[in-house]
Amino acid sequence: MAHIELRNITKKFGNHTALADLSLDIADGEFFVLLGETGAGKTTTLRLVAGLEKPTSGQVFIDGVDVADWGAAERDVALVLQQYSLYPRYTVRENLEFPLKPKIRRVPDAEIAERVARVAKTLRIEHLLDRKTDRLSGGEMQRVSIGRAIVRKPRVFLMDEPLSALDAKLREALRTELKNIQMNLGQTFLFVTHDQIEAMSMGDKVAVLNHGRIVQQGTPQEIYNNPRNTFVASFVGSPPMNLIDGKMSGEKAVIQPMSFELPLGGRGKASGANDRALTFGIRPEDLVIESGAPVEAKVHDVENHGVEKIVTLRVGELLLRATTPARTQLAIEDAVRFGWNADKVTLFDRGTGVSLRHSA
Amino acid sequence: MAAVQTTSERVLNRVAIVAVLVVTLIFLAPIYWIASTAFKPRNLATTIPPTVVFTPEISPFVKLMVRRSQMREQPSAEEYAAAPWWEQMVMDGGEKVVRDGKGEVQLSGYPNRFMNSLIVAITSTVLAVGMGTFTAYGFSRFKVKGEADLLFFILSTRMLPPVVVAIPMFLMYRAVGLNDTHWGLIILYTAFNLSFSVWLMKGFMDEIPKEYEEAALVDGYTRMQAFFKIVLPEAATGIAATAVFCFITAWNEYAFALIMTNRRAQTAPPFIPSQVGSGLPDWTVIAAGTLLFLLPVAIFTFLLRNHLLRGVTFGAIRK
Repeated sequence: MAHIELRNITKKFGNHTALADLSLDIADGEFFVLLGETGAGKTTTLRLVAGLEKPTSGQVFIDGVDVADWGAAERDVALVLQQYSLYPRYTVRENLEFPLKPKIRRVPDAEIAERVARVAKTLRIEHLLDRKTDRLSGGEMQRVSIGRAIVRKPRVFLMDEPLSALDAKLREALRTELKNIQMNLGQTFLFVTHDQIEAMSMGDKVAVLNHGRIVQQGTPQEIYNNPRNTFVASFVGSPPMNLIDGKMSGEKAVIQPMSFELPLGGRGKASGANDRALTFGIRPEDLVIESGAPVEAKVHDVENHGVEKIVTLRVGELLLRATTPARTQLAIEDAVRFGWNADKVTLFDRGTGVSLRHSA
Repeated sequence: MAAVQTTSERVLNRVAIVAVLVVTLIFLAPIYWIASTAFKPRNLATTIPPTVVFTPEISPFVKLMVRRSQMREQPSAEEYAAAPWWEQMVMDGGEKVVRDGKGEVQLSGYPNRFMNSLIVAITSTVLAVGMGTFTAYGFSRFKVKGEADLLFFILSTRMLPPVVVAIPMFLMYRAVGLNDTHWGLIILYTAFNLSFSVWLMKGFMDEIPKEYEEAALVDGYTRMQAFFKIVLPEAATGIAATAVFCFITAWNEYAFALIMTNRRAQTAPPFIPSQVGSGLPDWTVIAAGTLLFLLPVAIFTFLLRNHLLRGVTFGAIRK
């Protein structure tokens, strides 16, 4: 169990700045997700905590102790990677025993056997114990990798996209399983992913990373409902938030360049942003298709997702996504009317992309 | 294998098989000739036309191993009867085995030279492959300042034909007393092979995902333990391939062995042709010596053949 703090971390590789002045605070027992695109610096952050990289400047604290001089072994962390963390020449059992066998740990043989058995049971891989790891399926391999991590009872679990190499069904199953394991162990997890669904469904806290900087951190709900800027708004959520350029005029949003209007109700006056160039953000589920709504649009595309439909609406050049119940019957090129749920609109400054709620 | 073959493919296949057979025969012919000569009696070794059918005998190997001298006259019947069977074979050829004052058989120079070859080739292979593996690991895993330049420098030691430096090397060796010593040759051969070994092993090391060691590091192993427990087994194929190449180079080396050694540390390659000597050469003895000399490389390569097949593709078809 451990509390992890990164303080003003900068990491440069030659001329390339991978992380710029990054600070993180991960509470004990928290499932913390680092979310970002490829190259955003997620893996680098993880490797800094693991002690596989040294920061160019800044400090890493584990339980309040500066661990700058600690090697990977002394930090007592466990690492699960997307692939390659199992040794192909070893059996599953040998792979699970491996973390318990270094000289610095000196775990007695009986305890090793007992712990391996317990982990195998938890992960339901008992029948695989004597198999060579190159004869496992992707899901089994990843289970064993997770097993290798938990068998040691480390202070922190670091996971680098452990699920992204798996197929969709398995990913879903392991997602739940992993979250359950974390809750049962009550351990600190630092989980890196580019998949916002993983972040939203598993994380107690999520930090969104872009170009080596943390754009926003908070609970998944905060990030989803109140994105700090247009990057977060378009990155988190599937389908992403609709971003519409326009300006505010009294209690109405005037959308440019099509110049149709949508009501903003009380939001307009309160923000004090009259005539300012804005970007309006609205989640697909807050766009409403109904006959009495203010704006007319054509149905551009319909995606059927089973429980719901994602409808792409076209107004002039502008494409907007809305979710509707699966029952709604819509055909491409149908004329429909839509409006939005004015309370849920997020206002972004069009120049900086920052949410007005956050800059205020 | 292709399940369906057209007629033209089948014909092509036949032609290819015949071509492979012909090439194999061409390559094997000299080896066959060496082997057959090694078992011939001396008078059949150089007949024209060549003798193909003969009763094989091992007298060339006996002659190869012991010191012997020409006899002036035929041995007496008692003398012949008292000699062991292998000495009788030598006597049949008109020679007798030389004995020292205590009546013990004197060995020829060959067994010693053969041992020297083994000592020098094995030690230099172990050194070159060992150092090469560590060096390659360093280059592969750590940021080394001027890595490209250093690697090129290492390679550049192979750019001159080694014999170019033979005379300066000889003078230097004489000055420091390395002439005609095992270590002298071992150092030389290790130096030849090192650049090759570093480059080859670097390729293999780059193929091993560094995630393996990082996982071990995080699990509480030191860099050294991770190297020996994880990296080395993974690199076995590369090490085997590199070792075979280094061993063959060291085993076959002739020019430096000829210049740098003469007695104590002389290896087999310069010794075998020196047997041609003056007068009529005994080709059967030379063939016997050559045949024995071929064996260690053949055995070594045979033992490592599985690794070698994967290794000589230089990682091109792994994964």
